[in-house]
Amino acid sequence: MINSRFFNRSELMGFIALAAVLFVILPLTLDVFRLNLVAKYLTYAFVALGLVLCWGYGGILSLGQGVFFGLGGYCMAMFLKLEASSVENTKIQSTPGIPDFMDWNQITSLPLFWQPFHSLTFTILAIILVPGLFALIIGTAMFKRRVGGTYFAIITQAVAAILTILIVGQQGYTGGINGMTDLRTLKGWDIRPDHAKIILYFVEVVLLFACIGIAQFIRLTKLGRILVAMREQEDRVRFSGYSVANFKIFAFCMAAVFAAIGGAMFALNVGFMSPSFVGIVPSIEMVIYTAVGGRMSIFGAIWGAILVNFAKTSLSESFPQLWLFGLGALFIAVVLAFPNGLSGLWADYVQPRIDWLFASRKPKSDWKDNSVADGAPAE
Amino acid sequence: MSDEANKGLLSPLRRKLLMGMAAVPAITMLPRASFAQAPATSAVNTTGLAVTDTEVTVGILHSATGTMAISETGSIQAEKLAIEQINAAGGVLGRKIKFIQEDGASDWPTFAEKAKKLLVNDKVAAIMGCWTSASRKAVLPVVEQYNGMLYYPTFYEGLEQSKNVIYTGQEATQQILAGLNWIAKEKGAKSFFFIGSDYIWPRTSNKIARKHVENVLKGKVVGEEYYPLGNTQFNSVINKIKLTKPDVIFTDVVGGSNVAFYKQLKAAGIDLSKQALLTISVTEDEIDGIGGENIAGAYACMKYFQSLDNANNKAFVSAFKKMWGEKTVIGDVTQAAYLGPWLWKLTVEKAGSFDVDKIAAASPGVEFKGAPEGYVRIHENHHLWSKTRVGRAKLDGQFELIFETADLVEPDPFPKGYQ
Repeated sequence: MINSRFFNRSELMGFIALAAVLFVILPLTLDVFRLNLVAKYLTYAFVALGLVLCWGYGGILSLGQGVFFGLGGYCMAMFLKLEASSVENTKIQSTPGIPDFMDWNQITSLPLFWQPFHSLTFTILAIILVPGLFALIIGTAMFKRRVGGTYFAIITQAVAAILTILIVGQQGYTGGINGMTDLRTLKGWDIRPDHAKIILYFVEVVLLFACIGIAQFIRLTKLGRILVAMREQEDRVRFSGYSVANFKIFAFCMAAVFAAIGGAMFALNVGFMSPSFVGIVPSIEMVIYTAVGGRMSIFGAIWGAILVNFAKTSLSESFPQLWLFGLGALFIAVVLAFPNGLSGLWADYVQPRIDWLFASRKPKSDWKDNSVADGAPAE
Repeated sequence: MSDEANKGLLSPLRRKLLMGMAAVPAITMLPRASFAQAPATSAVNTTGLAVTDTEVTVGILHSATGTMAISETGSIQAEKLAIEQINAAGGVLGRKIKFIQEDGASDWPTFAEKAKKLLVNDKVAAIMGCWTSASRKAVLPVVEQYNGMLYYPTFYEGLEQSKNVIYTGQEATQQILAGLNWIAKEKGAKSFFFIGSDYIWPRTSNKIARKHVENVLKGKVVGEEYYPLGNTQFNSVINKIKLTKPDVIFTDVVGGSNVAFYKQLKAAGIDLSKQALLTISVTEDEIDGIGGENIAGAYACMKYFQSLDNANNKAFVSAFKKMWGEKTVIGDVTQAAYLGPWLWKLTVEKAGSFDVDKIAAASPGVEFKGAPEGYVRIHENHHLWSKTRVGRAKLDGQFELIFETADLVEPDPFPKGYQ
C-alpha cells in the first residue's frame, strides 16, 4: 500500500525540524565561518542520502561513494580552476593561462579533456552525467552478473583505490596529491567573501531539500517497495518477474548522482578539491555517517552526517592529539548500542512519548513506519 | 628595499659580530630591558588581532595525527621550545606569547579549514605551520584572503612567493646547486641518476638539478625515475643503477619509502662508501627509521645538521633535549621551524607593531643571530639567506659536516634558466 500522504507525521516532524534548523536557527546563530563549516558537513549529507537509498533500502553496501563525490567535485573544481587561471592571474608561469599545477609539470597547453570545462552548462551536466554513467557502467557490469553483497563492497573499494592512484599519478592533469587549490570565482562572482558563503549555504540547503524530496518520492513509489523487498528476499523478487539487476543499478546510480552533487557543492563551499576525498578512507567515513544517523532513515542519515562532522571538528579543536580516539569510541558506542543509529534511538525512545502525547488527544495513530521498525540485518 | 648592502653577503664586520656572539651562547635568552614599558595595545594592533596588554596569540598548525605526524612532531616541538624561550626572555613587545595548537591531521583540506579557524575565529597574529607542499598550497589562499602571516619551515620546490608567508626552509636552488657543485668537484662526478617520489617537490627539484647538471656542470643524467608516495619496491631501479653505473645517485625519495630504499640498496650490494649518493630528503629524523647502518656513507645536502659545531646550536640542542627527551633527534626542518617564532618576534619588534601588513613590509632584512644554523636573514622575497651544507651519514644516525658554502646563499624561488 502506498501512503497517500507524502510524509507521515514523524517524517513531517523530522522535515520541519531539519528545515527550521538549517534555514533559520543555524544562519541566525552561527558566524559565517561556522556556517561555512556546516555547509561543508552538509555536502556529506548528500552522500548519506544516497546511501540511505542504496544501502538502507536497496541493501547494496557501496564502500566507494568517495569516487562519485570526487568525480562531481573534480568536475566543478576543473571549471573553477580554469576560471582562476586566466592569463593575467598566471602571468608568472612559463605558459600563462593554464592551471598552475600543469605549468609545474611542464605541460604547455591545456589538455583536450579540459577544454569543455570552460562552459558552465557543460560542467553542470558533467557533474550529473559523469558519475551517473560511471555508476551505470560499474552497476551493469556487477549486477547483471549477480555480483552482490560483500563482493560488490570490495569492488567499489577497489575502484576508489584505483581512482585515487590515477589522480595522484597523473598530477600534470589533475593536480596530483595537492589537489586543485585556490578556486576563486564562479562566472566572475567571487566565491570567497562572507556574503558569497552565505548565499552558497542557502543554495546548498535548497538543493539538499530537493534531493530529500526525490529520495522520499522514490521511497514511496512501488520502486521503493521493490527495493526493500529485494533487500529482504532477492530471489523471491526475481521469481516474481522483476529484473532485480535493473533496480539495483538504478539505486546505485541515484546514490552516485547525489554524492556527485555533494562533491560539487564541496568544491564551491570549500574552494578546494583533492584526492583525499576520493579514496577508501573517506568512502568508509561516509558509510559511517549514514550508519551513525541510521541507514533506514533519510533524516537520520542527514543528522548523522552533520553531527559526526561537528564532533570531528570540535573534538579536534579541543584535543589535537587525541581526537581520533574519541571519534572512534563514539562510532563504536553508537553502532554497538544502537544498531539502527540515532534514528533508531529516536524511534524507540523519543517517538513513542511524542505519540503518546498526540494520542491522548487523537486516538488514531499512524506513526509506525514499517521500514524503520523492521531492523534488517546489516550487510 | 633599496638597501644593497643588506642584500650582499656577510660583511666582515658582521662576521666579527657573529664570532663575538659565539662566546655568549645564551644571548637571545637574556631578558629584555624593554619588558618594563610595553607599548599600548591600541598602538601595536590596529587590525583586531588577538593581542591584549599582556598576551599575544599565535597558532601552531601541523599534523599531530596521520601519516605526516612522524615528520611534523619535530616542528611542533621546536616551535613550542622557541615560544617558551621567547616568553622566558620577556615575550614580544612586552607580551607573552600564547599559542593555540590545531591538528591538520595529514589532510590538506583540514589544514585549510584550521588555518581559517585560527585567522577568523581566534584572530591569531601569526601561524607557525604546514609541512608538505600540499598543505601549504591548501593554506596559502586562506592566509592571503584573510591577510594572515604564515611561517613555513620545510625545504620546498620554490616557484612561490607571497606577502603573507615567510619561508624559513630552503627553496630548491639553495638546497641543490651548491651540493651538486661540491660533488662534481670533489668526486669528479659526470653522470647522475635521479630517483624521487612522485609529486611536485621531487619533480621540480630534479628539473632544476637536471638543468644544472647538463648546462653548468656539463654532465649527463643517465636515469630519472619516480615512485608513488609510500612505495616500498625499489628493486627495478636498483638494477638500473647497477647497469648504468652512475657517478652519483641523486635522491629525493620522501617519508617511509626511504626505509625500503636504503635497505634494498644495501641488500643489492651497493656500498655507499664507494658509490656516491647525494640525498636532499633524508635528515636525522628519517635516519631514525632507516637505521644508521643502512645509510652510513651517504651524503645529504641540507642547511642544518644536529652535529653542527657552534655555540648557538649547542645551546639549542641541549634545550631541545631538556624539553623533549634525550632520545629526540633534530633534523633540518625542525631547526627551520625553530626559526619561525624567533623571526616573527624580531620582525614585530622591528616593525613596532603586530599588524600583518607592517610585519610583511618589515620582514626583509630581519636577521636572527641566535639561529642554530649560525645566522639567517630574510630576503626581499620572504625566503631566508642561509648556507648550504653537505654532511655524511654516520653509523650512529648523525651527520658529519663535510662541506659548507663560504657565504650565505641567496634564495631564488623563480630561478632563471632552470624553469
